[in-house]
Amino acid sequence: MDMSPTRKNVVEASGFKVENAVSTRKISKNYGPVEALRNLSLDFPKGQLTSLLGPSGCGKTTLLKIIAGLLEPTSGEVEVNGRAVTGPGPDRAFVFQDFALLPWASVLRNVAFGLELRGVAKSEREAVAEKYIRDVGLAGFEKNYPHELSGGMRQRVGLARALAVDSEVLLMDEPFSAVDEQTRRKFQEDLLNLVQTENKTFIFVTHSIEEAVYVSDQIAILLPRPSRVSEIIRPAGFRSKGAENIRRDLEYLDIVDRIWASLRTYVE
Amino acid sequence: MPNRSLVLKVLSAVIVFSAWEIAGRIPVSYAFPTFLESMNALVHMTIDGRLFSAYAETLQPLAVGIAISATLGIALGLWIGLSSWFDWLFSPIFIVMQAAPLAALIPLLVMAYGIGLTSKVFVVCIMAMPVIVLNTAGAVRNTPTSLTEMGRSFLASDYEVILKIIIPAASPVIFSGLRLGISAGFIGAILSELKITPTGIGDIITYSRSIADYPSMYAAIFSIIFLAVLFLNLLEKIEATLFAGNVRGYVSD
Repeated sequence: MDMSPTRKNVVEASGFKVENAVSTRKISKNYGPVEALRNLSLDFPKGQLTSLLGPSGCGKTTLLKIIAGLLEPTSGEVEVNGRAVTGPGPDRAFVFQDFALLPWASVLRNVAFGLELRGVAKSEREAVAEKYIRDVGLAGFEKNYPHELSGGMRQRVGLARALAVDSEVLLMDEPFSAVDEQTRRKFQEDLLNLVQTENKTFIFVTHSIEEAVYVSDQIAILLPRPSRVSEIIRPAGFRSKGAENIRRDLEYLDIVDRIWASLRTYVE
Repeated sequence: MPNRSLVLKVLSAVIVFSAWEIAGRIPVSYAFPTFLESMNALVHMTIDGRLFSAYAETLQPLAVGIAISATLGIALGLWIGLSSWFDWLFSPIFIVMQAAPLAALIPLLVMAYGIGLTSKVFVVCIMAMPVIVLNTAGAVRNTPTSLTEMGRSFLASDYEVILKIIIPAASPVIFSGLRLGISAGFIGAILSELKITPTGIGDIITYSRSIADYPSMYAAIFSIIFLAVLFLNLLEKIEATLFAGNVRGYVSD
């Protein structure tokens, strides 16, 4: 049985062929006897946001970490811009669910940390970091420490750190799940802007159906036991209607309902 | 209030010293001098130079022992925390060391290393090192996975992960291990002077007790505690300078 309904290249409505920034080919991952992923193939179009959506335990974070090069797949391979992934690389940056900020370092050093590890000179990396701190709306907090910030502000630091290294692919592991509802909505709107303005490919893991439909150009629905891509949904109509109109768009509501209908049997 | 912690420190010192003074005046024991008598004896010892020559002796095993325990202890702890193999190899030694009745082992040390500096340094190390090693190892082992993953995903080498993530992340617990270890080292230094050969502060304590000069005896004990407190405060300052983000204040502030 073919587990991968998406192997054919994605074709936009306009007919242009879209280049893939990231492709996974027949990825399997076993933890001892437990099969986390089996034969998973998926394409991530360049410049777009793809969500990995599924019930807990479906292996979406595992897949993201394999793409990041943090985990080795048992078999199969990941390609980023046509090159096979063997480990973490400068072409991918990661945003962590628990922010993963250095508690002993100021906001400025945290945001500059990716550049510090790349050996960028101090004055240069701090100039870059300051720009992204302003971009995410944290100007004035450069000298503060993470414990002095709210959850939402901490994740902005995590986002600025990932943006500062200017990689083509941004991997986001449930980035908004640890922040409150109102902050999350603001983040989602900001994320839509980011996808528009930054020419980056976003891979976004979430367990929130509404969030996935709201922010994504493409939603890959993962189902567990064994983990596989069950469906790819590409919302077409409402993306251009402006952030404030999406949540009452009929297509948006339909897609949310459809996804819930297919997921509900997997949620106990 | 900016100086609240200073005010609290002074206040707690005043309470303790007053209690000491009162207990000495009752008196709770013939062998227990008042605070003021002890301070008087301390001033005398300082003026006639006995205190300084005593510390010239006592500080040798103490400084050497603490320097060895801190550097070797942190290095070993790091190693044990990073590798399960070294954990298997070394951890039991330090757990045994921590639980061993040191006073009973001192004759063995004296047989092996004589009554000189070496034996005393050993006593200081046996007291100070286990808690430093075990704390360091535990803290390293418990580094949040997401921090090390973050380092790797932003292209840190193994060396950078250890230096820029694991050690700073472990630093609060390493420093608390250092604090405990160094205070135990101070106890070890005095213990070795009481049990091996009476030199330095240990000599003042032993000698003053033998001639029933209790104020001098307590003055010597007070001075070593005071020195230990000063040193621990210095350690706190070092931590605050090296890892500014470790100082999180108090929940109620």
